[in-house]
Amino acid sequence: MNALTIHSLNKSYVPGVPVLKDLDFELAKGEVHALVGSNGAGKSTLAKILTGLISPNSGKISFREGVSENVVMVLQELNIIPTLTVAENLYINSLPGKFGIIKSAELLNRAKKALNKVGLAGIDPAMAAGKLGVGQQQLIEIAAALEKKSSVLILDEPTAALTGPEIELLFDNIRALRKKDVAILYISHRMDEIAEICDRVTVIRDGRRIATHKVAEVETPQLIREMAGSEVAAFSSAKQNKRTVEPGLTVKDLHAGEAVKGVSFQANRGEILGIAGLIGSGRTETLRAIFGADPRSSGEMYRGNQQTAFSPANPGEAVAAGVALVPEDRKLDGLLLPLSITANTVIASNRKFVVNETADEAATEKVCRQLAVKCDSLSQAISDLSGGNQQKIVIARWLLCDCEIFLFDEPTRGVDVAAKGAIYTLLQQLADEGKTIVVVSSDLTELMAISHRIIVMSNGRITGEFGPDEWTRENITAAAFAGYDSTERSAA
Amino acid sequence: MNTKRFLTDYGPMFVIWLILIFLFGSLSDHFLSSRTLSTIAGQVPPLVLVCCGMTFILIVAGIDLSVGSVLAFCATLFCLLIARAEWAVGVAAIAAILAGGFFGLINGLFTVLLRVPSFIVTLGTLKIAFGMAMLISRSETLTVGMKLEPLISPLPGPGVPVSFIVAVLFVIAGQFVLSKTIYGRHLIAIGTNESAVRLAGVETTWKKISVFVVTGLLTGVAAIFFAARLGGANADSGNGFELSAIAAVVIGGTSLMGGRGSIVNSFLGVLIILTLDAGLAQVGADEWVKHVITGAVIILAVLLDVLRGGVLPGLAARIRNYKK
Repeated sequence: MNALTIHSLNKSYVPGVPVLKDLDFELAKGEVHALVGSNGAGKSTLAKILTGLISPNSGKISFREGVSENVVMVLQELNIIPTLTVAENLYINSLPGKFGIIKSAELLNRAKKALNKVGLAGIDPAMAAGKLGVGQQQLIEIAAALEKKSSVLILDEPTAALTGPEIELLFDNIRALRKKDVAILYISHRMDEIAEICDRVTVIRDGRRIATHKVAEVETPQLIREMAGSEVAAFSSAKQNKRTVEPGLTVKDLHAGEAVKGVSFQANRGEILGIAGLIGSGRTETLRAIFGADPRSSGEMYRGNQQTAFSPANPGEAVAAGVALVPEDRKLDGLLLPLSITANTVIASNRKFVVNETADEAATEKVCRQLAVKCDSLSQAISDLSGGNQQKIVIARWLLCDCEIFLFDEPTRGVDVAAKGAIYTLLQQLADEGKTIVVVSSDLTELMAISHRIIVMSNGRITGEFGPDEWTRENITAAAFAGYDSTERSAA
Repeated sequence: MNTKRFLTDYGPMFVIWLILIFLFGSLSDHFLSSRTLSTIAGQVPPLVLVCCGMTFILIVAGIDLSVGSVLAFCATLFCLLIARAEWAVGVAAIAAILAGGFFGLINGLFTVLLRVPSFIVTLGTLKIAFGMAMLISRSETLTVGMKLEPLISPLPGPGVPVSFIVAVLFVIAGQFVLSKTIYGRHLIAIGTNESAVRLAGVETTWKKISVFVVTGLLTGVAAIFFAARLGGANADSGNGFELSAIAAVVIGGTSLMGGRGSIVNSFLGVLIILTLDAGLAQVGADEWVKHVITGAVIILAVLLDVLRGGVLPGLAARIRNYKK
């Protein structure tokens, strides 16, 4: 019996770019239903529609009679309010009180019981939630969701921050809820967990449902095949093969923060090296660590023909060593929004004392023409430009520097088709000039189209390396999931 | 810079100042006398010097509340060294300027390296500098007599004192640094998006600290002119000075959110505030009226700036589009 039925759901954030396409889906009561898919398949969008955070463009969601429409979701990103107590976080929208005054004793009592259920018996409910570790905060969120007694529960990567015993306890809770006929949608990258706790699994790709299986009747390779799709990389033949193998950038056993756990690779001059992987696999963090934007805890790096060791303490030193980074989030880390196109373009290359406006404008005009930036005038604020043209400027500023190594993090995110083409052409040109290019992208089609070689990151490590004759959507996707295997869980 | 840009950048503020002059000139027979004007010219230098620094600090999205107290400390130290320790005026001046720079360095280090909000750090140094000024002056007023007269007596030619000329030179230098040097461009960029500037490979930490240090040094110079004008100083010398400075800079169109500002307009902001003050006194307005009007002018100026930057162009664009 279905707790909820979705019929022909459509959603697009930008007109003409559908995220969900005629999606059908059923969630039975008393089942744990896994939802799997690659980056951008539409999982999060579906979850957000179910909880009412966003509304679909068309389609129908019907809840079974008697099933409350109150869908509770545990988000992948933590939603803890760090300055409130654990107990207040648990019941933030149903605090027990009289005339607006919180009944503290009752609150703490209820919180203690709720914490017990998720194995946090040792935690004082009156302490500030921000003092807990990430794993414990995740458990607080799960406890809060369990307390809401909904009939539909969505868990988005609930185990990302949890250790082995904590995961076991979470699974016990899930089994108990299943017995109480709660319908659970379980979004996860971790195939072993899905095999352990889920009843059915639905694969979505490009906003469509590809298949629904009983977990007992399906093997992981088949799921990966379905997630990856079967299209062959059609562009790869169009690329020129690289002529020489001169090392451009060598990274050895790089560790940085929580996300980068021993990354080694070599990128060659004249080559575009693609880095594939799931969101959160540590790709962005790896680039930032190489660039000196975030501190590294260990590892060695060498650059250029001579393989000179370099270890930038900050981005300034990286740029001086000829390394450029085009960051993932243009608005946050790339653009000086209120300033002019010229100011945005020359920011990295101007190292003299006095501004030479004529020279600045001439340089800007030259790169803008090279990249076909569309603008009225160079003194226009960059906030007036389209996303694609903004991105071109962020890239253009490095063309004015003397850089040998280019790190691109999602270079075509939020960029229109025409600008994408211009950026691809530029990447190829830079490679032809003998520069070393590293491109992180979540768009596998794009990566297979532009790369000479692809390495795959998963859970902070490199889990695969493929040449153009070897890669398929399937084996890249398999490698992207490989780092989340059960070995680590038992080790933890 | 071409004439058109010069006019659009500085014209509006200059016109507002001229309007004030004509307004008070027509309301009072004595306003346009040389005495009133030289009073204003004497008050201008300390405030302008501090405003040069304050503009830079607001541009990198910080604030400095300590400038009034630091001015009082530097001024009392200066007078103390001349009157009691009998140092040479030049040496005492250097000591006072360095003392200001020291407070600026403290502000900068705590704000930038230790990431305490500048509002809090400088609120703290406001109290500390005030306390230090009380300590070294033993809460008395220190006088230096006529020793500093040459700094403030009007020069025969232009009719303004040396201090005024120095202040104007600083304004020109400050505006040059801001709009013509890479350092200045980088400060503006830091004010709009520090993370992006850092990722462009530009050093940001010491640039930001330097801005606080320069403001401290300028406050030290301001303290010397201040003491010269009044012939002495005490711990209360800088009372409310930081607020006048922030008001003048904000009237000049510098954004409290960082990334936008102009030294020349801050200078015009100082002229407007001091002209308003002197003018209202001249027409016999009560003390409370002066305060209310000055407050209203601050809000109006920023409101005009908000309208100019956001609402009005948006409206204009909408009208243009409608016509199409």
